[in-house]
Amino acid sequence: MDIVNIIILALLVNNVVLAQFLGICPFLGVSQKTSTSIGMGAAVVFVMALANLVTYLIYYFILTPIHIQFMQTITFILVIASLVQIVEIILKKVSPSLYQALGIYLPLITTNCAVLGTAILAVTKDYNLIQSLVYAISTALGFTLALVLMAGIREQLELTGVPKAMKGFPIALVTAGLLSLAFMGFAGLVK
Amino acid sequence: MSAFKEFTKGFVKENPLFVLVLGTCPSLAVTTSAINGLGMGMATTFVLTMSNILIAMLKNFIPDKVRIPAFIVIIATFVTIVDLVMKAFVPDLYNALGVFIPLIVVNCIILGRAEAFAQKNNVYTSLLDGLGMGLGFTLAIFVMGSIREILGNGSIFDIKFVSQEASTILIFIMPPGAFLTFGYLMLLMNKLKAKFN
Repeated sequence: MDIVNIIILALLVNNVVLAQFLGICPFLGVSQKTSTSIGMGAAVVFVMALANLVTYLIYYFILTPIHIQFMQTITFILVIASLVQIVEIILKKVSPSLYQALGIYLPLITTNCAVLGTAILAVTKDYNLIQSLVYAISTALGFTLALVLMAGIREQLELTGVPKAMKGFPIALVTAGLLSLAFMGFAGLVK
Repeated sequence: MSAFKEFTKGFVKENPLFVLVLGTCPSLAVTTSAINGLGMGMATTFVLTMSNILIAMLKNFIPDKVRIPAFIVIIATFVTIVDLVMKAFVPDLYNALGVFIPLIVVNCIILGRAEAFAQKNNVYTSLLDGLGMGLGFTLAIFVMGSIREILGNGSIFDIKFVSQEASTILIFIMPPGAFLTFGYLMLLMNKLKAKFN
């Protein structure tokens, strides 16, 4: 599969949130304001690309040679959790301004199943290193796209009279359903 | 709180999916049929109960500072067991659930119960808590799976009750249907809560 196909598939057709249901928690939790959702999206792009790079190297150069691929789940989650910690520490020291912008979102990402899910899916799909990286970055951009769209809609929803029982999660979920319906229109864009 | 209450609180009052809103990813993704929902629920219940028991047993040996990584390793171990067992004995269900089996590790319900309950309580009540919460989650995603299968496919447990030619509301077994079903079930829960309080 060529690179362009991977990008379109991950970004639009199989959007990570709206079609594959990975990372629903931050999608519903951090989509109140457009500015915070962009910050969260940037943090996810960064961590996801890094996590896919590291898990790819570990899977093919440590787990596969000694035939313990079944340890994949345990290794990947530990790698991602410690990676987030390291990134947080380094950012704090090297670039305080970037830390200010992304810092609060970083701990949230450990529990973001989209990161672990993308790492596992890239291995399942037998991608090589370049494809795996492209896949991770376009998936993360797809996540950001969905998050920003959702935040824009929710900012408008604040101004309308939503029925009391519908406030909060129910209206967010119905909105996500309609967004997902719109994204289904991208199906058939690539073979 | 009595042991019986520990066990039943997860069913309705503190239902992990509809009241605490934890574990939303798998419940939206795998509920395309009743049997998938049931399978996912059972797998989660097993991991939740076993990790609750082990964490309650080890709580005095795990240093407080590294407790989260320690919990994650314990949970990931049981997830790997479930993964291998399901691959061997129920390959069809395993393929249907796909990446969401290894992703039980990051299901917030499990780490949430470890953090909020198992590390503070004894083995017996942790077992009851894990089992009750797990069954409450199973019940919730089984209901979601059934609704989506009935509306979207006109069948329940793969037994069709409409004719083959009848057109069903296909959208309910596609991704948007998951969001809509969950949204309206939450609305129903809110209505019921308002009525009984």
